This record gives sequence, C-alpha cells and structure tokens, in this order.
Amino acid sequence: MKVLVPGVSSALGRRLVSALLRQGHDVIGIDRRPFGPPVEGLELHEVDIRKRAAEEVFRRVRPDAVVHMATVTHLVKQSEDRYRINLQGTRAVFDHARAYGNAHVIFVGRHTFYGAAPDSPLYHGEDEPPMALAYFPELADLVAADLYAGTMLWRHPELVTTVLRFCYTLGDSGHGTLATFLRGGGERVPMLLGYDPLFQFMHEEDMVKAMVLALEKKQRGVFNVAGPQPIPLSVIVRETGRRPFPIPEMLFSAVLGRFGLPKLSRGALGHIKYPVVIDDRAFRAATGFTHDVSEMDAMREFRRAFPPMKRG
Amino acid sequence: MFDREIRDRVDRLELPWNELGVDPYGVSKEHLTVFFKLLYPLYRHYFSVEARGISNVPKRGRTMLIGNHSGGIAIDGAMVIASMLLEMDPPRLAQGMVEKFLNQVPFASSWSNRTGQFTGLPEHAIRLLEDERLLMIFPEGARGTAKLYGERYSLVAFGTGFMRLALRTKTPIVPLAFLGGGDAVPTIANSAWLGKLFGAPYVPITPYGFALPLPVKLEVVYGEPMVFEGTGSEEDVVITGYVERVKAEIARMLDEGRHRRRAGSTFAGGAK
Repeated sequence: MKVLVPGVSSALGRRLVSALLRQGHDVIGIDRRPFGPPVEGLELHEVDIRKRAAEEVFRRVRPDAVVHMATVTHLVKQSEDRYRINLQGTRAVFDHARAYGNAHVIFVGRHTFYGAAPDSPLYHGEDEPPMALAYFPELADLVAADLYAGTMLWRHPELVTTVLRFCYTLGDSGHGTLATFLRGGGERVPMLLGYDPLFQFMHEEDMVKAMVLALEKKQRGVFNVAGPQPIPLSVIVRETGRRPFPIPEMLFSAVLGRFGLPKLSRGALGHIKYPVVIDDRAFRAATGFTHDVSEMDAMREFRRAFPPMKRG
Repeated sequence: MFDREIRDRVDRLELPWNELGVDPYGVSKEHLTVFFKLLYPLYRHYFSVEARGISNVPKRGRTMLIGNHSGGIAIDGAMVIASMLLEMDPPRLAQGMVEKFLNQVPFASSWSNRTGQFTGLPEHAIRLLEDERLLMIFPEGARGTAKLYGERYSLVAFGTGFMRLALRTKTPIVPLAFLGGGDAVPTIANSAWLGKLFGAPYVPITPYGFALPLPVKLEVVYGEPMVFEGTGSEEDVVITGYVERVKAEIARMLDEGRHRRRAGSTFAGGAK
C-alpha cells in the first residue's frame, strides 16, 4: 500500500517510516523540515503541506492511506503560525486525500485534547467534549484541528477517517512533552506542592505499532490510544533518576526559569496539577492492540538515554 | 506493633497493582499504608470503633455501601474505610465519592487520589463498579455532614443518583448505619465564613470551638445486601421509592443502634 506521511521529519515519523518499510509498504514523506540521515526506500519531499507542491505529490502518488503528523504540538512557536500550520495543514490533507483517490486518513492527535481540570473524570472517553480551552488556550488550534478531522466522519463518509488521540510518549528518543519536561531542569523536576497527578505515557515503538494497526484495520472513528497504566508524576520523576522539587503554587511562576528549573507556560501548570488520563478500551477492542513496552521499561530506557545532569 | 498488620492487610487487598504498587487509578500501596497507620489508633483506641454485620459485605465483586453521615468532619467515611480493611477477610478498600472542592486543595488532592477517594462523579462510580470495586456513598451529601447535635440520629434527604447507578451496573447495596459521630463532633453551628478560608463549604463549630472530635465510642452496622431490579432509566417516582426503602432500612438500623447505645455507655473510657 502507498502510505503518505505529512510531518515525516519528527523522531516519531522516522520510526513510522522504518516500520512501514519493513512491512513492504511504499512510503512517501512530506515535511518542510529537513529529514536528517536519509532512509533507503523513502520517497521524500521537502515541501510545506499547505503549498501547491504538496498537492502535486498527492496528485501524482494517489496514496492509499495518509498518516497526518504535520501538526505543531510544542508551544515554542508563535500561536499565529501554529494556527495556520495546524488548521490549514489539516484542511489541506483532507482536501487532497478526497480529491486524489479517497485515501484512508489517520489524524494523529493528542490526549491533551481533553484538558486537565479539577472536576473532570479520571478516565476520559472519546465522547467527552474538550475542556482544555478554558485552562490552556494555547492548545486551541490542536483541539480545533482534532474536531475538524472528526467532522470528516459525517461530512465525507466516503472517506475513511481515523482520529487517534495518543497519550504522552517516553523512551530513548527523549522527544515529546513529558520527556522535554523531565529533561528540562537537570536533576530537579518542578512539581506543585500538594499535587501529584497521574501521567499516562507509552513508548514510541508502541505508538508506531498502534498507527500501523490502525492502517491495517481501517476503522473509522475517534479513538484514544494509550499503553501501560498511568502512574503519579512523582514516581516517574524518581524512577527516571530525578528528584521532585515541590514548589508552592503561589511562588511557582516566580521561580520557574530560574535556579536551573525549566520554564513552563501558565496553562501548562494545570497539567502538573490535574491528570489527563484516557480510556483506551475502544481502540484495543477495535484493533486488538496491545502494548509491548511496560511503564518500567520505558522509564528505564529514558533514564539510560538521558541520565539527569547535576547542576554546577 | 500494628505496622506489620497494616502492611500485611494492604498487601492482601485484591487490587491490580503494577510493579510499583500502584493500581490503574493511581491508588498506591505506600500511601495506603501511611493512611491506615494514621487511622489504626483512631479506629482501635481513640474511638474504639465497633463494627457489626461485617459478614454482610460481599468479599468480592461490585458493591455499594450506602450510609448516613454522622459527624461534621469526615470521620464516618474514614472509619468505614478502616473497618473494611481491618475487619474484612480478605480486606477490601472502600472507595468514597468525595466533594469536588477537595481535589483543588493541596495535599488533600494528592492524598485522596492516592488512597482511592475520588470526586463524586457518576463516571467514576460506574467505572469503579464495573471494575468490581467497593464503593462507599453517603447520599445525604454535604447536607448530611451539616447536621447539628440535636439532629444526630436523623436523616436528611437522600440523593437518588446512587440508585440509578446501582440499577444500571446491577450492584447490590449494603446499607450501613453509623452511630456516634454526632457525639464525637457535637456541632452547634456551621461557619460558611471559616469554610471559605479553608476552601470547604463550611466548618463545623462545637461548644469548645473547633471541630476536634471527642473520644466517643463509634459504631458502624452493616445490614444485609439489598438488590433492586431495573435499568437505571426508570422515572423519578420509581427511583425515589427504591431510595426510600434503603433510607428506611438505615433509619431502622440507626434506631436500633441508638437504643443499644443508650443501654450501654457512650464514652469509650466509660466516663459517662
């Protein structure tokens, strides 16, 4: 099968490419960022998904499936730019997929869609509305892109659309929100005094396994995807060789970015106060997915790849 | 020492622990052990809690404990949780449905979550019951903890949510009567102003000022399981009828207990 991967140049994209090539698929990658060391068998196009050149790739290739990973999830980018990439990019992917052969589209979303709120249930089901926006307006574009992708299910039923909401990843790549947070401040990881939310993470290889399964099973719908059970943040911090550094909420914004602690946006504060945990039973039932890497192994691997650095 | 007994009982809880002693809800063996070490002296000595009818609580499988509130602070819930761990064989973890505000209070937030006491949301209740857990619900809610000294053996209106959940998940209900909390915390008024200070709905005031509980003998009585048939989508009038039957049973158990207490001594040390 011909699989097109917009946003291929991420750490996760590279893993997905390898997995797809191993299975004998034709893989075509699109990204405006350079890919890094070349991978044999990958057809690469260094173009912006929103530009005409990207449409030409769809037109020529007529892919059987598209794994849309071209969303900006980290918060470093200016929000205007993020809005354009995440929304216009997502729209372009669906427009082209429809125009050139009705490919199966997998939208790779995030579990942060649900938001971290004090009064929400611990396990979020797919039918819950996004509560993130009030607490974390910076995530609005990602939430909108996710909802937009979901509308394809009824607006274009001729297209098979799969929206996957993944939990955090943790492993030897050190990429992703949780890994960046843990790596940010040397051996001390800031926490809010008196709060210790559950965090849910899966290994990148399991995330790739889930995407490949979703391609095979071609299930339409919105699915939460997670791996092992969630565990408290303080436990993750300790098991990855670091030390929790609890700070009273009143002082929090004053000390972040100083004393060797990482910076954190105000909205992100909610995510170290309250948990975002997803119920992934529907995905497991629909695809038969099981994770291979346990929470202990994922943490050990991360710890080996990124031992905590002593300050000084 | 009771340390070993508690560790042993926490180990024998039939919950799906991972390698780190954490279950899928974030309940942690380590936190439970600390929590029960604090509760043990209160349960065994300070309040000398007497638990009756323990054999009425199923050893395994989804179960709802439905009880009356007794005492202005959560000693009733805490003592029920302690009795399920200390008196049952194998021990069970009773999981309460707590007020929303608690999750926003530092430390209360992390400790309630690590010991399995979650915000009272229907989603939580359904999921826990489907996972065959033991749920503890006080349908009087915050109105129930606000009872004054003179009202200590009475019941206020019951919420009906628990009955719909029990019907929907086909869960047996074990009624429980909690006695003595009103003597331990003889509330003369509830201060909303002080409550605001602590982020709670109110703080009970006693004749001696703050709500420090007195060393009164407490009693918890578990009644025979009640099973109701239905789907949970019945009309209010049907549901209210079922709820009234549970409430009447608890009122009967309270009345019985009250007469028993009157015959004996109220204070643990026989001071009265």
